[in-house]
Amino acid sequence: MNNTCIIKNISYRAWYMWRRNIDVSLVTWKTNVLPPLLEPVLYILAFGVGLGAYVQKISFDGRAYDYLTFLAPGMIAVGIMFHSVFDTMYGAFIRLRYQKTFDAVITTPLSAEDILAGEILSGATRGLFAGAAILLIVTLFGLAAYPSSLLVLPLAVLAGLMFASFGLLFAALAPYIDNLNLPIFLFINPMFLFSGTFFPLDGMPAWVKLAANLLPLTHLVNIVRAATFDRLHAGLLWDLLYIVVLTGAVAYLSMTKMKARLIK
Amino acid sequence: MPTVIKVTGLRKNYGELRAVDGIDFEISRGECFGLLGPNGAGKTTTVKMLTCALPLSGGDITVGGMSVNKDPRGVKYILGVCPQEVNLDPDFSVLKNLIVYSRYFDIPYAEAKNRAEELINRFHLHDKLERPIEDLSGGLKKRLLMARALINRPKVLVLDEPTTGLDPQSRRQIWEEVRGMKSNGLTTLLTTHYIEEAELLCDRLVIIDAGKIVEQGTPKELIQKHLDGKGNLEDVFLKLTGKHLRDE
Ligand SMILES: Nc1ncnc2c1ncn2[C@@H]1O[C@H](COP(=O)(O)OP(=O)(O)OP(=O)(O)O)[C@@H](O)[C@H]1O
Ligand SMILES: [Mg+2]
Repeated sequence: MNNTCIIKNISYRAWYMWRRNIDVSLVTWKTNVLPPLLEPVLYILAFGVGLGAYVQKISFDGRAYDYLTFLAPGMIAVGIMFHSVFDTMYGAFIRLRYQKTFDAVITTPLSAEDILAGEILSGATRGLFAGAAILLIVTLFGLAAYPSSLLVLPLAVLAGLMFASFGLLFAALAPYIDNLNLPIFLFINPMFLFSGTFFPLDGMPAWVKLAANLLPLTHLVNIVRAATFDRLHAGLLWDLLYIVVLTGAVAYLSMTKMKARLIK
Repeated sequence: MPTVIKVTGLRKNYGELRAVDGIDFEISRGECFGLLGPNGAGKTTTVKMLTCALPLSGGDITVGGMSVNKDPRGVKYILGVCPQEVNLDPDFSVLKNLIVYSRYFDIPYAEAKNRAEELINRFHLHDKLERPIEDLSGGLKKRLLMARALINRPKVLVLDEPTTGLDPQSRRQIWEEVRGMKSNGLTTLLTTHYIEEAELLCDRLVIIDAGKIVEQGTPKELIQKHLDGKGNLEDVFLKLTGKHLRDE
């Protein structure tokens, strides 16, 4: 029962925890289905129609784009991030501390690792759903090129795993639920604003670009934007590699930390 | 009768505190075994180690020949656990709680539904089938916890204070169930503060205090030994564990 066997202790039973969480989402489906569909519409109204009237064209990668077209992939990436990170960050915290769900499941054949892998998987599923929903809206507004935009779906799963792992890590480290404001303030909000979501990073000072490149959302935005613009290129493999490595590392770390909290 | 549960040199430290400080006991098949002790004695800590929810600081526990240290999954498949703290899934109805829980034991849906319905009848839960958990009374929650503990047809049942906070009717109903399961050959470990409950249900018991076993035997033996056969188990309990308040 020590940390070296985190991976060995994951079994197919992780899907039972995933199913449990998905079942909960289905019970409360209205509050889960509508936001990812309606949020992008609000963004399009506020930023595209409202702000876009003042912003002429955005130049990106040697071409000029409407502001709304530029913004669309940013919205997709942000949606994936928010929905998966919050699912584990608050969801897992509540299940651990208030609902005692994990205490109930740990005495069944599921291992702590099964439970936590299931948490990350269900967070990623939320990310996939949000990514797909926003892609759908954006497509209806004619803001995504096909077939390259379909790449968003597997990317949403991968990035969902990454952000769900971050969420689980924050939940594991926070003594009280209010402490979760800290990662939102220090990590999630800066990513939301400075990952090339609302404006290209090209014009920013070098140190800002450097900092932005440390943020995982930046790399997701890079790939998603290339996909919806139909401008995919080999250089994006670096972004992909960054996401894959970080996902593995944070998933491992979050499970280790959360397991220590779950069974002490 | 063969030994089903074997606890040897069991220890649990929380920092400096020795919550369980070297206890040994064995439970035979079909036996109802009581774990008695004042607040903070280490009953729940022992139960949690037995149910693989807590790592052991020392010693070992085997259930059906499997060690909780080496094969926790194997142990957990044959356990039915009714925890002291209610941890039902508040997001689901009564029925769904049983169905979702049965999944964790690889029980297919159709079979789970049959078992759930049977348990719902047995524990008189049918009026509240679709109710959210928070609408249930304390007694109903305990009954549902009991039903949930049986969904995997366990070989060993672990009941941590199953009747605490219940009215006499509900308590009696739980007693009936425990007796019934005993006559079906189920091995049971029961913790309780109610001495009459232990006297009524337990074949053998240990009294623990501050993480150590202070006495063990059948209820009759204990009364005989400490009170010359006069009085009841509660007097024995108070004699052995003292009258001061615990966990302060
Ligand atoms: N997670 C923990 N961290 C530190 N100390 C703990 C923890 N859990 C229990 N303890 C302490 O261990 C001791 C044994 O607690 P335990 O819950 O096993 O007692 P108990 O016999 O079940 O009591 P009760 O009858 O009140 O349920 C107590 O002193 C308790 O305060
Ligand atoms: Mg207890």
